[in-house]
Amino acid sequence: MHIAVCIKQVPDAKNVRIDPDTHTLVRQGVESIVNPFDLFAVEAALKIKDALGARITVLTMGPPQADEALRETLSRGVDDAVLLSDRAFAGSDTWATSTTLASAIRKLGDVDLILCGKQAIDGDTAQVGPETATLLDLPYATFVKKIEILDDGHLKVTRQTDEGMEVWKLPMPALITVIKEVGEPRLPSLRHKMRAKKAEIPVWGVNDLGLDPSAVGLSGSYTQVVRVFSPPRRGDRILLQGNIDEQVDQLYRYLKEAKVPGI
Amino acid sequence: MKALVDRRKCTLCAVCVEVCPFAAITVGETAIDISDECTLCGMCVDTCEFGALSLPGVGAGPAADLAAYKGIWVFAEWREGTVHRVSHELLSAGRILADKLGVPLAAVLLGHNLKDDASSEFIAFGADTVYVVDRPELAHFADDTYANVLVELIRQKKPEVLLAGATSIGRSFIPRVAASLQTGLTADCTELDVSDDGLLLQTRPAFGGNVMATIICPNKRPQMATVRPKVMKPVRQPDHKGEIIPVSISEACFKSRIEVLEVIPEKDQTAKLTEADAIVSGGRGLQKPENFALVEELAQLIKAAVGASRGAVEEGWIAPSHQVGQTGRTVSPSLYMAVGIAGAIQHLVGMQSSKTIVAVNKDPMAPIFDVATYGVVADLFEFIPAFVRKIKQERGD
Repeated sequence: MHIAVCIKQVPDAKNVRIDPDTHTLVRQGVESIVNPFDLFAVEAALKIKDALGARITVLTMGPPQADEALRETLSRGVDDAVLLSDRAFAGSDTWATSTTLASAIRKLGDVDLILCGKQAIDGDTAQVGPETATLLDLPYATFVKKIEILDDGHLKVTRQTDEGMEVWKLPMPALITVIKEVGEPRLPSLRHKMRAKKAEIPVWGVNDLGLDPSAVGLSGSYTQVVRVFSPPRRGDRILLQGNIDEQVDQLYRYLKEAKVPGI
Repeated sequence: MKALVDRRKCTLCAVCVEVCPFAAITVGETAIDISDECTLCGMCVDTCEFGALSLPGVGAGPAADLAAYKGIWVFAEWREGTVHRVSHELLSAGRILADKLGVPLAAVLLGHNLKDDASSEFIAFGADTVYVVDRPELAHFADDTYANVLVELIRQKKPEVLLAGATSIGRSFIPRVAASLQTGLTADCTELDVSDDGLLLQTRPAFGGNVMATIICPNKRPQMATVRPKVMKPVRQPDHKGEIIPVSISEACFKSRIEVLEVIPEKDQTAKLTEADAIVSGGRGLQKPENFALVEELAQLIKAAVGASRGAVEEGWIAPSHQVGQTGRTVSPSLYMAVGIAGAIQHLVGMQSSKTIVAVNKDPMAPIFDVATYGVVADLFEFIPAFVRKIKQERGD
């Protein structure tokens, strides 16, 4: 079985804080990490590999430094990595990103299962997985917490929904987006770290993927950002004064006035 | 491609240099320089008070017959027999957009054994037309059948805008609809408007709500957006008149590769975080698992769901399904009470859009106080029991 895992390099939230006065984002430095949901996808792939045997190829689209994100997954036991990098990819929206990923998966050829995190923590769209599956004409299941591979070669997945859970059966090849409950990512091992360090990671651009440069990146995107701004500041923040009883009385009164449900 | 600099307008104030998350901007001789590191994220554009920065436009592509698309559509969400309230919220928001544009508003209802009263309610919330597809294959949600049907309806009737709830259903199958129709989609919008030239202005939070972005889809139709529940206000207009139209769809649309084996409703009401109006969350400040009972008691009293920080989940004090934050759930209830939670950014991005936030923590420097509407610097083991007593006493229990 060949599993492809799509990952994204994102700014590390730990280096980000909210300025309490301006309530805007402060990024110290530009440290990057693998999107945490994508590490869950890597872990889900490794679990299948442990149980049934599989070859895992991890893919990312990004600038040349996204190579580090791929090596991070190699150090956890992924077999191969491919970097999709080209100036032509800059400014991609979810459609253009999906177009690029779908072409790369077609080029890999023999993929049985594609795993993605449910969303990236910078954009939060949760669209790239489903759109990539659609472009490849594959069935998909989102927000999956448990993946089983049945003897008949079908997938049985448990999805988390707003209302509870759903158990779906779908044929492979398919695409699955995962949430935290699939399992905490294992740590890198020394052996895999050595291999990750030395690995030759191929870089595929528009020509390698046979894509028209105008079909990707900003020129291949359908949506355009016209304005980026800081969210309006929250209203005045009130620190309740006095002893415990006084704080209790004040909070009760404020919540009552605000007609908060339940109070 | 990279951000564009109008060299005549640039004053070399260098504000953008600090703002760029990719360190792609440097101060040049007569204007700033932008390197190939630029990812076209747009962070710099709005910071420039001189209007010197802009992003290149998206590709025009083949000019679709944009004028052939007319009207606003709302995907009405029906879950196993009940209508989700986001449908009414979106119809009310859609009504405002439709009136601004002078076009009709329609609701699309997919499901099985549908009753006319649901459709009549859609009309009361502003729909001029309700398109209904009632089929046994639509009894349970599945991405492919729902997407196939909606795609065919859109191809038949050509609306210019499609709105759906950013729920577990909308966020799952709407991307399939957008990609099948080859049009743009904006996720999780919190504000909608129309521009002077009639484009849908879709505003959404990114990076956990720390940045807002307004997005357009200039050259493709329909313009599609999912919208967060509980953001738009449902307005009932009982006198509004409309029409219910059953639609038949070609058989091929109902073929599914997905088999729904089981639908398991969450029995633990306190775990239904995304639906909750109020949430009480506990963190490491609770010190040990038994102390979660304090949070649970308060939650039960005010009919709130129970949330948790990543720390509390990692300690094994509560199931991961209760986790609020970056790798857990993103929530925006009317009331969010953080008890013994310091407020790491991973937590804040998952709850800071809540309407009223109460923080109880004994450390006055805890970052949770930066986002709290009401901050209580106190020992939670004294404050929470006292607060519970107060509520009971006021209720006369």
